[in-house]
Amino acid sequence: MNPTPLDYLLWGALPYVVIAVLAGGTVWRYRYDRFGWTTRSSQLYESRLLRIASPVFHFGILVVVVGHAIGLLIPASWTSATGMSEGAYHIMALSLGLIAGVATLGGIALLIWRRRTTGPVFSATTRNDKTMYLVLTAAIVSGLAVTLLSAYTGLTGGHEVDYRQTVSVWFRSIWVLQPDVAAMAAATTGFKIHVLVGLGLFTLFPFTRLVHAFSAPIGYLFRPYVVYRSREPRPSPVTRPIRRGWG
Amino acid sequence: MGERIGKVMAQVAMVMNLDKCIGCHTCSVTCKQAWTNRSGVEYVWFNNVETRPGQGYPRRYEDQERWEGGWRRTARGRLKPRAGGRLKKLMTIFANPKLPALQDYYEPWTYDYENLITAPLGDDVPVARPRSLITGEPMNISWSANWDDDLGGGEELASQDPIVQRLGDQVKFSFEETFMFYLPRICEHCLNPSCVASCPSGAMYKRSEDGIVLVDQDKCRGWRMCVTGCPYKKVYFNHKTGKAEKCTFCYPRIEVGQPTVCSETCVGRLRYLGVILYDVERVGEAAAVEDEQDLYEAQLGVFLDPNDPEVQAAARRDGIPDRWIESAKRSPIHILAKEFRVALPLHPEYRTMPMVWYIPPLSPVVDTLTSTGHDGEDAGNLFGAIEALRIPIEYLAELFTAGDPAPVDRTLRRLAAMRSYMRRINLGQEADESIAEAVGMTGDEIERMYRLLALAKYDERYVIPTAYGVDEADKGVIEEIGCSLDFEGGPGMGGMGGSAPFGEASGQPSPAAVENFHALRHRQTSDGRADPPKRFNLLNWDGNGRPAGMFPSRRRTEDETGERS
Repeated sequence: MNPTPLDYLLWGALPYVVIAVLAGGTVWRYRYDRFGWTTRSSQLYESRLLRIASPVFHFGILVVVVGHAIGLLIPASWTSATGMSEGAYHIMALSLGLIAGVATLGGIALLIWRRRTTGPVFSATTRNDKTMYLVLTAAIVSGLAVTLLSAYTGLTGGHEVDYRQTVSVWFRSIWVLQPDVAAMAAATTGFKIHVLVGLGLFTLFPFTRLVHAFSAPIGYLFRPYVVYRSREPRPSPVTRPIRRGWG
Repeated sequence: MGERIGKVMAQVAMVMNLDKCIGCHTCSVTCKQAWTNRSGVEYVWFNNVETRPGQGYPRRYEDQERWEGGWRRTARGRLKPRAGGRLKKLMTIFANPKLPALQDYYEPWTYDYENLITAPLGDDVPVARPRSLITGEPMNISWSANWDDDLGGGEELASQDPIVQRLGDQVKFSFEETFMFYLPRICEHCLNPSCVASCPSGAMYKRSEDGIVLVDQDKCRGWRMCVTGCPYKKVYFNHKTGKAEKCTFCYPRIEVGQPTVCSETCVGRLRYLGVILYDVERVGEAAAVEDEQDLYEAQLGVFLDPNDPEVQAAARRDGIPDRWIESAKRSPIHILAKEFRVALPLHPEYRTMPMVWYIPPLSPVVDTLTSTGHDGEDAGNLFGAIEALRIPIEYLAELFTAGDPAPVDRTLRRLAAMRSYMRRINLGQEADESIAEAVGMTGDEIERMYRLLALAKYDERYVIPTAYGVDEADKGVIEEIGCSLDFEGGPGMGGMGGSAPFGEASGQPSPAAVENFHALRHRQTSDGRADPPKRFNLLNWDGNGRPAGMFPSRRRTEDETGERS
């Protein structure tokens, strides 16, 4: 099947637009809205539900991220070179993905329910947050759906279009600036939807509270406990942005 | 001093004389007006005044079994934040298990004032009902920052005081037997701050010049660990901006040599501000001494004597200017804490080395004496009473010396001796040197202490050198420093407009003015010297004709040819 012009647009051009927006947006946000760069935690309002839902969601999504990295970055030929059979790989990936995916979905469902039903939390929710939640949930649901679907196809012995021959190949080709549009065009509709929603999420990333993921405080593990700093004679315009760029 | 002096650092510290606190809350109110009268921090009081015994604010903050603030000494003699080390902090970052809820502080509210004027005419007087500032819904007020003020709520509330619970049944709350005093609290600006240690982002820091502990609002990511880390619960979470905020020690004022707002407005004149020189390399070791009751002495050991030439040389070596050393010599903090030893740290057992110290109140003892018909200012009576009235002393010891009554006892004896000694002088009697000797002081020292504590002159209470390192020459001239909040668009420049560092106003764009637009365009496009055409001031216009400069020039070419000719 030859790629259509739409395929070229979606899998050849769009990824670069998204990368540009993600990188440019993050730099812009960091330069102009460091003050707005925060988790905007609502734990002060409500902590009973949050204490269950938030860790479940966050640890779930961390596993999901690692799973995506493995699935997308490591070519199938490498894993088979280690002697791992295709079937074993998929059983492992599916089961781990399923557990993490269900945890993530359960976590975010509980978090959204909490956000909607707890008065103070709901009134602290902006339109920006709502859009972000919608796209994030769509990404998780579509991802979980394709996982379930391929598990089902695998169990019933049907012909499975392996994402490692389509999506992963395409994903790696983006980074060498030679997008393999044909590979992505050959993927199933489910994967295409999931990829599109994912691209949407990356586009939103710099402009929402999701940016807090970029400031995961890993450096804390390696710094001395007490921090000393000299008095700044006057805040420079770089460290003190003029204003955030949107209302 | 035989020991080698490590790196010398300076700290602006505070002492509060609790004997003079009348619990008027002026410090709290002026602080609130200066720093936390914004949405998101409605519930926040950088300065609050608690009645002790009492639960404090937030409720029962001293119960570290529950809140896990401060440091813990490990079996190997090292210090670790009580709520857990770095790895545990990161593992619990998604939901801080030890974060006080808003209800532990109180739910802030306002009143439905509009109802007073919009209510329809009727038989009932309209009322302004309380409304939550969090949800906007009508609410019942059931707690606030000083709900148990003046022992309000009596035994029911005061018996929840963690210290009272530790002391058991000894503390009585019946009207005749009770005692109480006020404890104003701000951030302690600790030498070993556990809030700073808890911050995963590294946004909190201790300023190396003056020791003030601050939150970098641009680096804070809202992980909330500092709130847990501080055992005094003096770091707060702004629920609107999602950033931590805390007492700034009014650093823009301190930098220009002015006292903090809470000190300046203190009606009882009970606050003292001054510089302490300390050896930063000894802090860790002193904070980790095994016995909690040794922490007070250990912290005193970290302070350096500014009159010692070796200390002065070491301070100069480490870049502390001479005027700061001079200031440290006159520092009331050094005099009260180290020389007279009447000021004590609040809860040294948290191992944070707090730098806001307190002179414990003698009043509960004097009051009891007087009410039983004795002469409350006679040295013999007072000494006897201090010995007999164990309960207030044990309570004070739990606050200030990790339960060791000896330092509290010595302090109260010195205060008692000062009263008796000075009374004799005021009554025209001969000064009785034996009173001074009984507490290990001389008459001269007692008179100096009296001058500092009782007369409390403004320039002796506040000995604050202006900030250093401002310019190369370090002139230390106030005009050259200016207010730290006077940066472009900062709150010092015309209110909270533009990019105020805090609060909800922080994100509003400033409106583009048409003249700025034209001026900018002119500057960018003209070849000659940028000198925009003068604008006509409409206030001076008499309404006749069309003066030059009333409207921006319509054709750019005209401007350019005009300039070239």
